[in-house]
Amino acid sequence: MAHGPAKGLSRWLFTTNHKDIGTMYLWFSFLMFFLGGLFALVIRAELFQPGLQIVEPAFFNQMTTLHGLIMVFGAVMPAFVGLANWMLPMMIGAPDMALPRMNNWSFWILPFAFAALVSTLFMEGGAPDFGWTFYAPLSTTYAPPSVTLFIFSVHIMGASSIMGAINIIATILNMRAPGMTLMKMPLFVWTWLITAYLLIAVMPVLAGVVTMMLMDIHFGTSFFDAAGGGDPVLFQHIFWFFGHPEVYIMILPAFGIVSAIIPTFARKPLFGYSSMVYATASIAFLSFIVWAHHMFTVGMPLAGELIFMYATMLIAVPTGVKVFNWVTTMWRGAMTFETPMLFSIAFVILFTIGGFSGLMLAIAPADFQYHDTYFVVAHFHYVLVPGAIFSITAAVYYWLPKWCGRMYDEAMGRVHFWIAFIGLNVTFFPMHFSGLAGMPRRIPDYNPLWADWNMISSVGAFLFGAAQVLFLYIVIRTIIGGKKASDEVWEASHGLEWTVASPAPYHTFSTPPEVK
Amino acid sequence: MRFPLRTPIALCVLLFFVLSASISYASEWRLNMTEGVTAVSQEVFSLHMLIFWICCGIGVVVFGVMFVSMFLHRKSRGAVAANFHESTALEFVWTIIPLLILVGMAYPATTTLMKIYDTEDAEVDVLITGYQWKWKYDFPEQGVSFFSNMSTPKEQILGGAEKGEHYLLEVDEPLLIPVDKKVRFLVTAADVIHSWWVPDLAVKRDAIPGYINQAWTKVQEPGVFRGQCAELCGKDHGFMPIEVHAVSQDEFDQWIAAKQARAQEIAEAAKQTLSFDELYTQGEAIYANQCATCHQPNGEGVAGVFPAIAGSPIALGALDEHLSRVVKGLGAMPAFGEQLTPVELAAVVTFQRNAFGNNMGDIVQPIDIVNYKQGQ
Ligand code: HEC
Ligand code: HEM
Ligand SMILES: [Cu+2]
Ligand SMILES: [Cu+2]
Repeated sequence: MAHGPAKGLSRWLFTTNHKDIGTMYLWFSFLMFFLGGLFALVIRAELFQPGLQIVEPAFFNQMTTLHGLIMVFGAVMPAFVGLANWMLPMMIGAPDMALPRMNNWSFWILPFAFAALVSTLFMEGGAPDFGWTFYAPLSTTYAPPSVTLFIFSVHIMGASSIMGAINIIATILNMRAPGMTLMKMPLFVWTWLITAYLLIAVMPVLAGVVTMMLMDIHFGTSFFDAAGGGDPVLFQHIFWFFGHPEVYIMILPAFGIVSAIIPTFARKPLFGYSSMVYATASIAFLSFIVWAHHMFTVGMPLAGELIFMYATMLIAVPTGVKVFNWVTTMWRGAMTFETPMLFSIAFVILFTIGGFSGLMLAIAPADFQYHDTYFVVAHFHYVLVPGAIFSITAAVYYWLPKWCGRMYDEAMGRVHFWIAFIGLNVTFFPMHFSGLAGMPRRIPDYNPLWADWNMISSVGAFLFGAAQVLFLYIVIRTIIGGKKASDEVWEASHGLEWTVASPAPYHTFSTPPEVK
Repeated sequence: MRFPLRTPIALCVLLFFVLSASISYASEWRLNMTEGVTAVSQEVFSLHMLIFWICCGIGVVVFGVMFVSMFLHRKSRGAVAANFHESTALEFVWTIIPLLILVGMAYPATTTLMKIYDTEDAEVDVLITGYQWKWKYDFPEQGVSFFSNMSTPKEQILGGAEKGEHYLLEVDEPLLIPVDKKVRFLVTAADVIHSWWVPDLAVKRDAIPGYINQAWTKVQEPGVFRGQCAELCGKDHGFMPIEVHAVSQDEFDQWIAAKQARAQEIAEAAKQTLSFDELYTQGEAIYANQCATCHQPNGEGVAGVFPAIAGSPIALGALDEHLSRVVKGLGAMPAFGEQLTPVELAAVVTFQRNAFGNNMGDIVQPIDIVNYKQGQ
């Protein structure tokens, strides 16, 4: 029964092993993270000082668009799916994912989607330039020809996500080891279960909206064309009906990760497990009824404006519960601060800061001043970078010894953390100020009034980029030559994944473990 | 091994002091939202500050507890982990308290929003239309209408000249409004979505094709207020500023009268006949100003997006087609019928038909434009 992986390239092409597929997802996402980061550095280099120095405005718009799309769909989402692939079966005591062949497909279509997207840079008329939110009619009547390829690649990404989500739900609901009741599942499993439902609910909406665009562009319909009786605002409603749950898709699994890490290094069980589960579920529910907070300035009637403002403010409550639970988990623990813990603590602090600016943005009259400024850019980077990216980084440090059986270098991990932490804050904190002082987002040039903040941001961005190169180096060095890791890896680790050997054998839990 | 935590923390503190020191030196460093110049903008500002301080308060408590815990409850200090992991009472408390704070916050937000939405009883109406990449202002009652383009010279943008104080925030034709009058803005767009934003007035309204959104303001004191388009609208989104001058009623009336007189002149000018050279030179200037961003100064266009004018089948084809393209637009080509005067339209079409190696040799007169428009 116990057979190892096939040899050579075919191992990776035809694999149905959840660990192999998880590994491919993670490397793919790492690659995309660097590509998206490169585009971000082009943006920051251009914005280093006022005036146009490096790129044309048209190319600048292509950079912001590709940066946003690649970070969201290429870096963050595949990283979480990769972690799910690796960890979910081991956490619930299953031998593999429920639908292993589909698993292979949902990964292998991704490289094609992104190759198509990136290839648009070399097309006539350039890459998509309408922002990652691709508002019509800028993305339909006024779009470059590459928009068709963009639509195609969004369809593939969507199919990949939906397949991944179905697989995750099927695995969690059917393949838990005996005794692993729902309310015993680790929080990472819970948050992914809920995320998977969000994905299944909203990815088809995204597919729908891009298909309507395709119709408008090529088949003469006017869904979003006012001149033909269509409605550009309809586009935004559909987009954000997808888009808001999407931002929770990028953060709920992160909640699961830190809920695994903080108890380990505080040597104390997670505080309020069941309230964490309920809070995640209520956030997921609320995420469906707040979408129009991205549209406070489109001129909705007063009643609509108020409803969306109240619902958005309400989301702060379950989110607050989570933060309070993490802090209470730390309270009276016996903490140590290894790299995963450092990233997790930074997650709690910086995500909360992002939550604060989110609360500010929820206040509709104030949002009239914040909307589409750098204040918003600061806000969503505070939730996405320390939120999604830091949690993924923490997860890599936390589980890497289990994956490859070798320990990373703790001192280097901490250096990575501090450079990333400082770089991030130097990059994104000043954006609050430039935004409040009136700098719109998505502009390649600006009044010198905002020059100082922008210069600081740009310096920080390059620092942050350097930290990620260090990260790559640390990961490679660990895999090649790290010290052997023990099976438990961490002193107070807790959960099924730590009961198997390090590195985790190619097949784990072929006979289900007993969970008491 | 224990990595010395002190170094990075010291670095952070140092960075913070360097930052705050430089802030107090440079008076220009703007940190905060403007209070603005209207009653509404001041209310918005105080809402902003209120929610900001609430967040700070919550932050101090949450982060405070966290830092205390990180200091006291570390293993290296000999802390032993407790084992509690549940408390319904606590969960209840930290659900209810934030809820109450939010209700307290929602109340003032709602009243301010209601004021912002009250666009009744306006004394002056301005229709604002967003175009790629300029604004058009109409005073329907006064019969005045004009376009407002960014006036920052290219050399400043490309670094050939010193940047002025209002770099990218200055226009050729500002919008004038009277002080102490309730002015209503009716906001729409002709092509893609734009957003009309003037921070000092706390007015930001999306300009959406097919919609007419409403906003209003009432400025107390005369002054100049600048803003920018706030919705990505294509290539030159960063280059379509807004400049509003609040002036006395007298000055406003004079300005309206001057605009009306100018409209009269344009109508007169449409009746004159111009020579080829006059049309060609004027057309060349208009082309450089209005068309070259897309069709490029050399008339070669941008492959795949903006067709070339040099050798274009339209510029070398029937005049009606050419006029239709320029007057009515098509797809991403803007309709210039309302943006340019008949003289300017005649000039630029004449220019396109005879420049870049297009040797049609024909002349288009302003009256042809007037006739073409009337025929439509
Ligand atoms: C915002 C960019 C933009 C600006 C500014 C612009 N155009 Fe165009 N123009 C276009 C696009 C796009 C087309 C192609 C329209 C189509 O066929 O769908 C076009 C097509 C044309 C054509 C037909 C060319 C052909 O071979 O199909 C003419 C003539 C023309 N424009 C004249 C002008 C004139 C005159 C001006 C300035 C007053 C101008 N354009 C300014 C974007 C622009
Ligand atoms: C290296 C770190 C990063 C830097 C320096 C950076 C920088 C920027 C900047 C400057 C913008 C604003 C562009 C503009 O409005 O003109 C931007 C936009 C954006 N970023 Fe990042 N970013 C980074 C990481 C990330 C990550 C990790 C994510 C997602 C997980 C992300 C998601 C986005 C999105 C969605 C946008 C909006 C794009 C748009 O306007 O359409 N960024 N980024
Ligand atoms: Cu949202
Ligand atoms: Cu714009």
